[in-house]
Amino acid sequence: MSCIRVVLAEDGALLREGLSGLLQRFGFDVVAAVGDAEALVRAVEEHEPDLVVTDIRMPPGFGDEGLRAAVGVRRSRPALAVVALSQYVESSYAAELLDSQDGRGVGYVLKERVVDVADFADTLRRVHGGGTVIDPTVVRQLVRRRSTPLERLSEREREVLALLAEGRSNARIARDLVVSEPTVGKHIGNILAKLDLPPEGTDVDRRVMAVLTYLRERPE
Amino acid sequence: MSAEPEETTTPPREAAAPRTPLEALRRRCFPRSSWPWRSLAYLASTVVVGAVIAALNTPFTFPLLHLGAVLEEMVRGGSRPSWLLASLLGLGLTLLLLFGPLVAVPVARFERWRLRLVHPPVVGGHRPADGGVLRWLRVRYTEAATWREFAYMLLLVTVLDTISWSVLFLTVGAGVFLLASPGATALGWTVDLFPWSFDDPLRTLPLAGLGLVILLVSPYPVALAAHAHTALARVLLDDRGTDELRSELVEVTRSRARLVDAFEAERRRIERDLHDGAQQQLISLAMQVGLARMDAPPGSDMERALSSVHAQAKEIIGSLREIVHGIHPKILSDRGLPSALPDLADRSAVPVRTRVDLPRRLPAHVEGTAYYVAAESLSNIAKHADATSVRLKAALDGDTLIVETTDDGRGGADPGGGTGLTGLADRVAVVGGRIWLSSPPGGPTRLRAEIPCPASG
Repeated sequence: MSCIRVVLAEDGALLREGLSGLLQRFGFDVVAAVGDAEALVRAVEEHEPDLVVTDIRMPPGFGDEGLRAAVGVRRSRPALAVVALSQYVESSYAAELLDSQDGRGVGYVLKERVVDVADFADTLRRVHGGGTVIDPTVVRQLVRRRSTPLERLSEREREVLALLAEGRSNARIARDLVVSEPTVGKHIGNILAKLDLPPEGTDVDRRVMAVLTYLRERPE
Repeated sequence: MSAEPEETTTPPREAAAPRTPLEALRRRCFPRSSWPWRSLAYLASTVVVGAVIAALNTPFTFPLLHLGAVLEEMVRGGSRPSWLLASLLGLGLTLLLLFGPLVAVPVARFERWRLRLVHPPVVGGHRPADGGVLRWLRVRYTEAATWREFAYMLLLVTVLDTISWSVLFLTVGAGVFLLASPGATALGWTVDLFPWSFDDPLRTLPLAGLGLVILLVSPYPVALAAHAHTALARVLLDDRGTDELRSELVEVTRSRARLVDAFEAERRRIERDLHDGAQQQLISLAMQVGLARMDAPPGSDMERALSSVHAQAKEIIGSLREIVHGIHPKILSDRGLPSALPDLADRSAVPVRTRVDLPRRLPAHVEGTAYYVAAESLSNIAKHADATSVRLKAALDGDTLIVETTDDGRGGADPGGGTGLTGLADRVAVVGGRIWLSSPPGGPTRLRAEIPCPASG
């Protein structure tokens, strides 16, 4: 399998070096590692990578420049996968990412997830494969904030939804929750039904839609 | 966007009613307003009041009056022994200083009341003096307010009375006299204006015109004289001591607010340093350990040791994150209350429904205080209220930020009981805000903070 070509954007030099090493260790090809949002846009133009990993908060303004840049480059390159690293959970960031190109091939995770190196590499691969990965904390928050239709879901179904949002397969969810795969399928069916989502469509679409439903129904 | 609240809170200067004759004078509508008449009434009553007070003072001003008469006689050529002059002066001053202040205190009281005709109310600066006549006398004779009032009384019966009388005579008096001159000559009287004299009504007609002009213009000098009088009265009769104290209090509050601001800034700096420094380095370190662990032979001692280090590093990252958040939530400085309050609600042990309705970012100290109120309130509810749900609301009401929590707990919260609520009130008071608490036994408990929030943000 060919190498996944990555542009990395992170303003902390130490962490940038570390991440770069981590990605190479797991077989990614880091074609550029930059320190601000403008350089990120330039690097994407120049190298045409498969995946962008970016910190949300970056110079010059230390606001959400990284996110702005990532959403921007995705507009002209819909196939480009983006993983945004956030220092804290902000569901509007996640919602904005998911709104770009139907939420295919995007990830929104807390920065400290990079510590679990293998899981983090796995996350990047899933996003590169078109999956949607949302940090479990975001989902937990949304689940807590939502009054309807979230209240309709059972405890177990919420757990399944959280794992679903992380982009995990049915088999992986079954293994994590120590249940059989058909049981997971049944839970997902229930979730989709309770969220008033149409049962037709591909499996991936429905999963993404389930997550999108939550994020978009966020109470203002 | 912020233009509307500004308009409602700071009305344009022109719209405010004038508070003194001078302010009124500057308006175009001055001649048609009540100010000319009020100024006139003030001057006229000054003449009367001055005369009455001078008369009331004669029991102890008679030596001075007599001294005046003696001096007059001496000017005309009479001769009087100098000891008489000296004793009259000494006795006069002694009596005046002894009894003058006693008269001045009630006179000043009356004058403050009369001043309201042309000036916003002023307050006397006397100290309370209960407990007997002697104590009253001692307090009155030793405080500055009494002697300022005494000075005012002396000016009133000498200068102010004379000025008022002169202004009235030269404007209204002269105007009415000239205006009436044709009528007077028609009745057969002679109008004497040294060195001229008139007895023909036709020749006095221009005089009537001049009188009319003087009358039409007279409101202006009358108002000016009234204003000069009020300016002097304000200096001598108003409660300056309390004013100074009040400005000191404002200054103290301001410096407390500055302190809180500086404190907030320092917390943000510490948070930033920890965040950009230690936290990033720790994450980087834990990541390296994670990688090293992968390279260690599976099941080996080294792998186990690295796993343990990795787990500990992750724990430290978690605790450091909480510490940094406690110092100053990054989400608050980055995204403001609309993001920080829901985030805070998510951390609460009791389920919280949050509604934040803010059209703009607020000044940092307002955001900080509001966040602190919400955090303290939620933690109080979790600790004491026995509640199953909380509503958290933040919204702007004009120039005031309202932060409100309502829980369905058992109620009966006592502001005097724990330190939590008083600490909260203190913190809000520093930025000029207030805390309201309603907590009947059985609930619900409602805590409301009102934080002033200038529109300039």
